[in-house]
Amino acid sequence: MEKETPGISGLIFAEPLIFEKGRKGRKGYSLPPLDVEEIKPEEVWPSKLIRPDLEGVPELSEVEVVRHFTRLSQWNYGLDANLYPLGSCTMKYNPKVNEDLARLPGFAQTHPYQPEELTQGALQLMYELQQYLCEISGLDQVTLQPAAGAQGELTGMLMIRAYLADQGHPRHKVLVPDTAHGTNPASSSICGYQVVQVKSTERGVLSPQDVAAKMDEEVAALMITNPNTLGLFEEHIVQIAEIVHQKGGQIYLDGANLNALVGLTRVADMGVDVLHFNLHKTFSTPHGGGGPGAGPVGVKSHLAPYLPIPRVVKENNSFRLDYDRPKSIGQVKSFYGNFGVLVRAYAYILSMGAEGLRKASLVALLNANYLRAQLKEYYHLPYDHPCMHECVFTDRNQTRYGINALDIAKRLMDYGFHPPTIYFPLVVSGALMIEPTETEPKEVLDQFISAMIKIAQEAQSAPELLKSAPHKPKVSRLDEVLANRRPKLRWRP
Amino acid sequence: MQYIPNAENDWPEMLAAIGFKNLEDLITLLPEPLRLKKPLSLPRPLSEMELVEHLLSLSEKNKPGKMKSFLGAGAYDHYIPAVVDHILRRSEFYTAYTPYQPEISQGTLQAIFEFQTLICQLTGMEVANASVYDGASAVAEAVLMAHRLKGKKKCFLSATLHPEAQQVTRTYAAPLGIEFLEIPYSPDGLTDLDFLDQEIDDHTFAVVLQQPNFFGCLEDLEKAGQIIRARGALFIVAVMEPLALALLQPPGAWGADIVVGEGQSFGLPLSFGGPYVGFFATKESFLRALPGRLVGETVDLQGRRGFVLAIATREQHIRREKATSNICTNQALCALAVLVYLTILGKEGLKKLAQINLSKCVYAKKILGSKFSLPFSAPTFNEFVLSLPKDSQEVLAQLLPAGIIAGFPLQKFYPHLKREILICLTEKISKDDIDLLKEKLENLLEGA
Repeated sequence: MEKETPGISGLIFAEPLIFEKGRKGRKGYSLPPLDVEEIKPEEVWPSKLIRPDLEGVPELSEVEVVRHFTRLSQWNYGLDANLYPLGSCTMKYNPKVNEDLARLPGFAQTHPYQPEELTQGALQLMYELQQYLCEISGLDQVTLQPAAGAQGELTGMLMIRAYLADQGHPRHKVLVPDTAHGTNPASSSICGYQVVQVKSTERGVLSPQDVAAKMDEEVAALMITNPNTLGLFEEHIVQIAEIVHQKGGQIYLDGANLNALVGLTRVADMGVDVLHFNLHKTFSTPHGGGGPGAGPVGVKSHLAPYLPIPRVVKENNSFRLDYDRPKSIGQVKSFYGNFGVLVRAYAYILSMGAEGLRKASLVALLNANYLRAQLKEYYHLPYDHPCMHECVFTDRNQTRYGINALDIAKRLMDYGFHPPTIYFPLVVSGALMIEPTETEPKEVLDQFISAMIKIAQEAQSAPELLKSAPHKPKVSRLDEVLANRRPKLRWRP
Repeated sequence: MQYIPNAENDWPEMLAAIGFKNLEDLITLLPEPLRLKKPLSLPRPLSEMELVEHLLSLSEKNKPGKMKSFLGAGAYDHYIPAVVDHILRRSEFYTAYTPYQPEISQGTLQAIFEFQTLICQLTGMEVANASVYDGASAVAEAVLMAHRLKGKKKCFLSATLHPEAQQVTRTYAAPLGIEFLEIPYSPDGLTDLDFLDQEIDDHTFAVVLQQPNFFGCLEDLEKAGQIIRARGALFIVAVMEPLALALLQPPGAWGADIVVGEGQSFGLPLSFGGPYVGFFATKESFLRALPGRLVGETVDLQGRRGFVLAIATREQHIRREKATSNICTNQALCALAVLVYLTILGKEGLKKLAQINLSKCVYAKKILGSKFSLPFSAPTFNEFVLSLPKDSQEVLAQLLPAGIIAGFPLQKFYPHLKREILICLTEKISKDDIDLLKEKLENLLEGA
């Protein structure tokens, strides 16, 4: 079923660095006239405080600025152009109306220190979003403050630490499966914990026995991702949670892969004590080329006293910020969270409703399994059983031709696709981790399948084509070794 | 539900391919006891029209555009040129992921490289990262980095560092056993450097000052730097209103080791406190200890210039528990806003804008200072503290019906400053607004 793929050719504009453009005297700004007496800094500041010159800031007209960034944008692959099958990243469609809603003047122009009577709309939105996330997870309370998943992890682990310290001893170890995202050990480590890795079994999941063997009264928590990064449901999670709880430990669930579960199960029922949500994954807010995201954290009631301040609370039909939480871990971020991102997620939940969210998860499972079934004849599937929302292949069938996962990824660009996540999870050699999400039409999945099959054939018949890929983007393969050996991290005047 | 393109008639073929009959059957991928037996209790799905109506009515509860606001205190209401949002709305930027695949992410990568450069230029530092979450977490990351580099236990935070940044730093550092000491402020509104000089010792790994400080006053970074260096500690400077740097000697000129701050002033809406963007700059010699992402220049196979994520061996996805930070997703699109804003204003525009802010502030100090007292004598940029003859909360509440948010009540963070408010003047405040504030305050406080 060979399909035409969208990667044809096109006109690409060259564009220098912004600092190499413009000229003295060019103006892109227009400022209102000064209606008070003009004051020069030398009139009111000691001379040593005054900056002699603002060297290195360019001078450009508006049209030059607009062309510069328009051309740059055209060198980017965005989800609005085509499929973005990055595993564990949940690159689903970002609804346009939500972009408009976050920019409504009543949201965009609200100062965080406005009196509460002038922020009731913002606080109501936050309060209701907290309620919705509680309902979706089954957990008792949610904070919206963390700016991203990793900050959510830090928040969650700090709460666990504070809770255990109140029980008498914060403990000193955290269990992390070998399939975990790098942020899990990094967050544990920042919280002062020693990371103990737990190996997954040949079925790709954790076994209760292995957890029991590592579990003792020095273990503060198990940080687990479910489904895990192999796209597999941690089927023993309830039993594992019991083992951890018996020794007084906590279960932290990394919510990166929550898109597989919404409306189908609730994490609280699995024995989870803390969960972070990635609103920029599961709840459709845009990734922005690397943020801003939002990483709300949900907890069971025994951890609720430790949630960051302030809390958004409702009293007598009005909303307020509550700072009076003596056991709180404190603030993790200024103000109350990435509010503009929260608006988009709130709008998404309201447009989808319970049934829509559930269907989204089911279709995400369907799409991932469809890709798995169509490609397994061509690519090695290390865990050959049905997956959840993502599937992991490897480059094993291709290495015999000298082709690795990187070559396959780069060649996919020539066919007009963003590559999957590669070389992760680390437990699989040469991993290709594919997550299509529910927002892709079947035709697009078929085109992707077709491209992957052609690449598998090319690996055998024309491996050089893959080794030298990509051929169509603005630049060819970039020398990352050079960038690290002789770091050039800025332009210099 | 409108965001799921495949409809009923697409499913049978796909389901057949994976050996299932109905979409519902996919729930069997979950263990039976964990399957949710009832629908989630959420509001019924809204059509786009209903959704817009609902959010519009919520947003209007915040009374947009009805108030004249003199609030700053870490979030600044500057005019944002139309170009900024038009660029941010290019979906090639906002629907892209972190640029792990550089050949098809050159737009994001070059923009971050340009952002890193401008942050270096503004702060007077050698190297800057791709952004962190916000100004407060940037301060926390800076303290953590200094702690890693020095391995000692004492850290001084100025009382005039934004109180939320102090809080966040303490939260982040809680597990590390760092001993935080507060440097009080002097009667002139500046960090008491004599106190620092007496108290700093060889166990001190870092000192954090803010410029301009939380009271709007301009610190003497030269003297601070001398005291800190003499004890071998690292000098961290936080800048929460970076527009000041258009006129102000950059912290790098005074030997700061790490300069962090909040970039919101440059093109990001107030948005009830986020998303904003933290910036993080340091000396080249500390490069390997830097948290977060970095973009570097390199060449492709044909020798053409290109950009990639660089020095990633510091980061969590490679180093895991030994990483310099756990940060992954940062604030890339907000960094782009800062970059576009700085480029559209340009060198002259930034200087002029900063001067407009300064001039309004000087005028407001003169007008309001003629009737009320200005407790701090130190020079200021676009914010200053005003002492009222009675409790600030009371006065602020009484001015609301007149459509005025007169400033930030300092008692929220400094309980003894009961009558003091922090007033911010940007280009959006007119002379008439200032005169009106004076008139209303006078009327209200006559005889008080």
